[in-house]
Amino acid sequence: MQDIHGKSRARLEETLAALGAWIAAILVLGVFGWILGDLLWHGWPSLSWEFVFDAPRDAGRAGGIGPILVSTALLLGICLAVALPIGFGAALCLAELAARAAWPTRLIRRSLDILAGMPSILFGLFGNAVFCVILGFGFSLLSGGLTLACMVLPLVIRSADEALRSVPAQYRLSAAALGLSRGATLWHLIVPAALPGVLVGFTLAVGRALAETAALIFTSGYVDRLPHSLLDSGRALSVHIFDLAMNVPGGDAHAYASALVLVTMLLAINLVASRLGSRWSLCRMSSI
Amino acid sequence: MRPFFQGQTALWMEQHATRALPPCLRVKRLGLAYHSRPVLADISLDILPQRITAIVGPSGTGKTSFLTCLNRLTDLIAGATVTGQIYLGELEIFSPAMDLLALRRRIGMIFQKPTPFPFSIKRNLEVPLREHGLRDRRRIEQVMQEALEQVGLWEEVKDRLHQSALSLSGGQQQRLCMARAIMLAPEVLLLDEPCSALDPLSSSVVEDLITRLRDRFSIVMVTHNLAQARRVADTVALFWPVNGVGRLIEQSATEQFFEDPQHEITRAYVRGYKG
Repeated sequence: MQDIHGKSRARLEETLAALGAWIAAILVLGVFGWILGDLLWHGWPSLSWEFVFDAPRDAGRAGGIGPILVSTALLLGICLAVALPIGFGAALCLAELAARAAWPTRLIRRSLDILAGMPSILFGLFGNAVFCVILGFGFSLLSGGLTLACMVLPLVIRSADEALRSVPAQYRLSAAALGLSRGATLWHLIVPAALPGVLVGFTLAVGRALAETAALIFTSGYVDRLPHSLLDSGRALSVHIFDLAMNVPGGDAHAYASALVLVTMLLAINLVASRLGSRWSLCRMSSI
Repeated sequence: MRPFFQGQTALWMEQHATRALPPCLRVKRLGLAYHSRPVLADISLDILPQRITAIVGPSGTGKTSFLTCLNRLTDLIAGATVTGQIYLGELEIFSPAMDLLALRRRIGMIFQKPTPFPFSIKRNLEVPLREHGLRDRRRIEQVMQEALEQVGLWEEVKDRLHQSALSLSGGQQQRLCMARAIMLAPEVLLLDEPCSALDPLSSSVVEDLITRLRDRFSIVMVTHNLAQARRVADTVALFWPVNGVGRLIEQSATEQFFEDPQHEITRAYVRGYKG
């Protein structure tokens, strides 16, 4: 009797848990769907090839986002050109250091985690002080890109570091036992094995940099002209959306359309990341 | 460092031919500690050329750790400190001047779990050969085929050299690892329970292979399997924990070890009373 009671109670708990999970899932999906639907509803009518390629007119109420996309791409390019090599190098050093110096490694990892969670406005102020003022780059794509690089660097290092660390220790041992040098082991074995995981981190970093607004207002500026050099000021897409939505009465339609473009880019990047991620886990499973 | 390969077939052949040189590992008062906790103490023994030395004893007596001292894999293990000396011929292995890559080419190692790299079968063999200076493509293929034939794997894999090494069975993977080790023409082979992760059939194939390799290498084999030690080994060394630290109790010729052990722990161990 008690057993039956216990069973029905367990079943009730299971049902409640499932219900909770479903509600949570529907909420998450619902919010996402709402945002996407809202963007499509308001943004789609303004979206066209002209919008994508034309220069903005009348403070963005008319025209398009051509120069802004160019500035965004340049910012992202600078950010990645700086953050990827430094980040990957740092992760390699960290992974190699870990075997010999346990507590400094832990300290560095903890610091990176804190940096990765730092509000971006702080990076904006830091970038403004260092790149715009001290180094004299002024409000420019260069300052903005470098600031973005600082911002995503902890993310890049940590994800690459995790990927490198998840390579089985046995690979290192058996490579060493074969008399392979440390460089050869890294090049032939560790880096390829970690590469998919590293790529996922990079892609997430791209997504974060692309979505950044606060840090760029202080560093790359507002100017919506087509930049002629990296020392020109330029407006990122996210800054454009912020400006249209907050400072330009009547700019809503184009703010929506710009947001739709941005979200599409982010979705595409996330799709790539998850593809790479699943392929990575498949590789890892088959290697166990 | 003596010259390796240098991409010259003649040199490679010559090295194969001079395999009969008597290499001999002499271990003198070896001690090992992990984070200052001693694991091995006062191990002194000789590894005879072209013989199989089996190392037996209960788990946790530092048998595997002993092997990793012999090719200085201990360098890669955080917190490991070694005392004493090991001589490979006239060379002191722990001397700072020791060329580690050369050492590990001269002393190959096979692990308990097969450790093929997540590459194709071919690339598993190609990468170490190239890294040790063999560049000639035809020569590489020749060495690869020879090595695979020696471990009896060539017929099984010759049509799928480009498939992932991970698609092989456990026994095949272990033989691939052995091919990978012996193609570098080492003088000593360290085998860490090479059969224990394999099914009985693959295990006997690998065991046969080990006996066939006897006259070309000095083999040091850790095993839990006393019957295997008896079948295969020329010399048996028993490691035993004394106050939690692994020590060498007895090293003697296989027959004597099993028929007429000198030490009472050995006697109890081979009769199954202990361990």
